[in-house]
Amino acid sequence: MRLDPILSKATVGSAGETGSWRNFRPVVEAEKCSGCKECFYYCPEGVIEVKGVARIDYRFCKGCGVCREVCRQKAIVMVQEE
Amino acid sequence: MILPGNASCQGCPIAMAMRCLDEIENPVLVIPAGCSTVIAGLHPKSAMKCPVVHVPFASTHSVACGLSEAYRKLGVDATIVAWMGDGAADIGFATLSASATRKDDILTVVVDNEAYMNTGTQASLSTFWKAKTTTSPTGKTEEKRNLALVMLAHKVDYVATASVGYIRDLRRKFRTAGKKDGFRFIHVHTPCPPGWRFPSEKTVEVARKAVMSGAWILWEYDGKLRISPPSEKYADKSKRIPLKEYLNQGRFAHLSDEDVKEIERKIDEEWDLLLKFS
Ligand SMILES: Cc1ncc(C[n+]2csc(CCOP(=O)(O)OP(=O)(O)O)c2C)c(N)n1
Ligand code: SF4
Ligand code: SF4
Ligand code: SF4
Repeated sequence: MRLDPILSKATVGSAGETGSWRNFRPVVEAEKCSGCKECFYYCPEGVIEVKGVARIDYRFCKGCGVCREVCRQKAIVMVQEE
Repeated sequence: MILPGNASCQGCPIAMAMRCLDEIENPVLVIPAGCSTVIAGLHPKSAMKCPVVHVPFASTHSVACGLSEAYRKLGVDATIVAWMGDGAADIGFATLSASATRKDDILTVVVDNEAYMNTGTQASLSTFWKAKTTTSPTGKTEEKRNLALVMLAHKVDYVATASVGYIRDLRRKFRTAGKKDGFRFIHVHTPCPPGWRFPSEKTVEVARKAVMSGAWILWEYDGKLRISPPSEKYADKSKRIPLKEYLNQGRFAHLSDEDVKEIERKIDEEWDLLLKFS
């Protein structure tokens, strides 16, 4: 029996482009960001990369606002989407 | 271990906890029905980078036990993780308890959002005292079961509580348990924005307030029971934040001052009991 068709495959965006769920967009103010990675650890979606400063992948960021809340530098602001 | 663009709600604490599976080598997940099932993805897509077996509730630990024994016999290096909600821990308790008693080589993680969320917020044994759910419309009247202490009574080698509000502590516990053999149990507090009715950005704040008010106690047992560092100072009641600050959630909007005092007494009793073991 071929099992291949009944096995699920690891897929980025298994629920689609979840960035379209967003009402507010988290924007990093680079000059305030210390690169501490706190937002990276708490982002439920895992869409933050920190290389010196935090960068967000807006294709999948759902706009929950957790990153803004955990950032001690207050380097993230939530901006209303159009 | 979990990929972006999955089906978790905004601010989901279970997705946060699933990211911490990166601390465990070669995990193989066994997941009974619940939010975690939905988050892990619908066939033919999976949000998880590791193998997942979706199982009916009461079979969780039977399947996990079979997998773990089979992998051992075949010499495959894998960590079997039974990943379940608090409701699944209620429904599947008989096999969970039997597995702990046999000391199966399984890491069990209960992500506790204090209700059956995936079916629309029905009360579980873990639901907080007096919380409103669809099956406790005037507030829960029954006790809150302390599942981690129940598991400790099975005389297993490793039991810990954790919280998505203290992610480094949680990751360390996943790492520690992942390296051990035998039956290991981790009970993770996962405050759920839609189910508890608070805004999605507050998940971490609510989780931390649970710990700071003494309502959720972080501890670890590996032969000796210790209160974990983030909870240590709250053994002293005078150091705790007012309980009302934690209870600032939709599911508690109906509480009177007398209700809050009664819950405070329950929390004191939990601490008294736990400290007897430490
Ligand atoms: C045998 C069986 N009974 C009932 C259900 C319906 N069901 C799906 S999820 C769920 C509750 C899950 O609650 P919990 O384990 O707390 O996980 P959560 O959704 O809160 O993460 C129930 C009862 C089912 N899928 N299978
Ligand atoms: S938490 Fe704030 S300061 Fe730290 S990396 Fe993220 S944006 Fe930068
Ligand atoms: S808004 Fe939420 S999903 Fe988007 S980057 Fe911040 S924490 Fe991650
Ligand atoms: S209901 Fe709660 S636990 Fe379930 S997916 Fe949504 S936020 Fe996560």
